[in-house]
Amino acid sequence: MIKVEHVEKNFGKLHALNDVSLEVNKGEIVSLIGPSGSGKSTLLRCIHGLEKADAGKIYINGEVMDPSDEKKYRQQRNQMGFVFQHFNLFPNMTVLENCNLAQIQVGGKTKEEAEKTSMEYLKRVGLAEKRDAYPNNLSGGQKQRVAIARALCMDPEMMLFDEPTSALDPEMIKEVLEVMKDLGNQGMTMIVVTHEMGFARKVGNRVVFLDHGEIVEDSPSEEFFSNPQSDRAKDFLSKVFYE
Amino acid sequence: MFVSLEQVFTSENILYLGKGALMSLGIAILSLFIGLILGVLGASAKRSKHLIFRAIGNFYVEVIRGTPMLLQILILFSVVPSIYTAITGEVLRINVYLIGIIAMSINSGAYSTELIRSGINGVDKGQWEACETLGLSSWQTMRFVVLPQAFKLIVPPIISEFVTLIKDSSLISTIGAVELLKASQIVGNTYYDYMSAYALAAIFYLIMTISISYIGKKVEKRLAVSD
Ligand SMILES: Nc1ncnc2c1ncn2[C@@H]1O[C@H](COP(=O)(O)OP(=O)(O)OP(=O)(O)O)[C@@H](O)[C@H]1O
Ligand SMILES: [Mg+2]
Repeated sequence: MIKVEHVEKNFGKLHALNDVSLEVNKGEIVSLIGPSGSGKSTLLRCIHGLEKADAGKIYINGEVMDPSDEKKYRQQRNQMGFVFQHFNLFPNMTVLENCNLAQIQVGGKTKEEAEKTSMEYLKRVGLAEKRDAYPNNLSGGQKQRVAIARALCMDPEMMLFDEPTSALDPEMIKEVLEVMKDLGNQGMTMIVVTHEMGFARKVGNRVVFLDHGEIVEDSPSEEFFSNPQSDRAKDFLSKVFYE
Repeated sequence: MFVSLEQVFTSENILYLGKGALMSLGIAILSLFIGLILGVLGASAKRSKHLIFRAIGNFYVEVIRGTPMLLQILILFSVVPSIYTAITGEVLRINVYLIGIIAMSINSGAYSTELIRSGINGVDKGQWEACETLGLSSWQTMRFVVLPQAFKLIVPPIISEFVTLIKDSSLISTIGAVELLKASQIVGNTYYDYMSAYALAAIFYLIMTISISYIGKKVEKRLAVSD
């Protein structure tokens, strides 16, 4: 479904991504983990095109993503939903309007059609009754659930999450992870940058471990956690698990 | 000092200065409005991909903000008629109010350019990224997401720009427009008591500026509520 081939990304002298290749199949839930600054966000952002890779290719459903073919590139990007650490909801709009906007402006739906879809997804994330609330009156967990619903409203084939629970108070992390787990159970393809090792192990099928802009390990979740191969992964796991 | 206070503070003179005050207010409102349109254009130019537009935008802002408004008014007052004559060969009977409004609009536009630009820049970059991931074009992002949020940031400084314009409209008295300051000079001249006439003008200016600031604070509070 998604194929990343020899991708490089530099910020000035800094090699943020170094010859990264990765393939994600339909229905897979891939957890992208690694130390801070290892390039997880950069990789996710390159896949969506929020950052332009300096070299390498990204394929979606077997077709290369090429920004110079504007129309096709836009369609390809629209097949991916993106969820940010800091939600990035539109504070000037209600929850419902947040979900409607792109459906109407990009998808060409009528307001009624958009509203129907929005309510469907708001129900799914358990926030139908918040439809007329403004984002600033929601808790962090609710904001992130709205952000997920908003992305789903565009009917993406896969979802990219960049640390969706890192900005949340601890008691709100679970409600967001539950929504993501449901999504995975319904067969959504997902790439999740996360520090939630429990989620990566139990919900994710596969772990991709990144360090210094390189993929150091790429293995099934259970295998990664019970039997990490590289010293760097062992070292990382010993740091994140408090014993 | 206030030699003929009673003679100056008659209902007739108060009415006369009141008309001058309305003139000042009207000129300020028009200039603010046209200035805002210029400001949107200026801010777009300064944010443009094209170097030439950015250069024009920068030039406009720097030249206007780097020279006195009085000089700009005087230049327009003397330059416009000669350009008109050069083009048409006819002598232009200029309307000093029109010249005043044009000069003040151009001036205000430069300040509005910076206010609008910094308002737009004040909107979180994450908003642009969210729109990008939802497939919205940059124009749609501007229109539905960024400008409505920038507007809130822009309102308070626009209100103080409005107050500035009311005060600065006094400058067009130098080219013969009868606004509040000029009206008070005329009254002062009649009674040989400038102090009383100026005091009356000051009262009118204060009524206008204080009420605008007051309304501005209310609007600000209203806007803050929906956050
Ligand atoms: N826009 C940018 N300009 C300059 N440097 C950047 C930029 N974005 C990321 N970097 C750098 O690239 C490297 C990788 O960053 P990235 O955000 O991908 O890391 P990360 O793995 O997501 O880390 P974290 O867990 O802290 O989010 C870091 O050293 C970071 O400082
Ligand atoms: Mg990151």
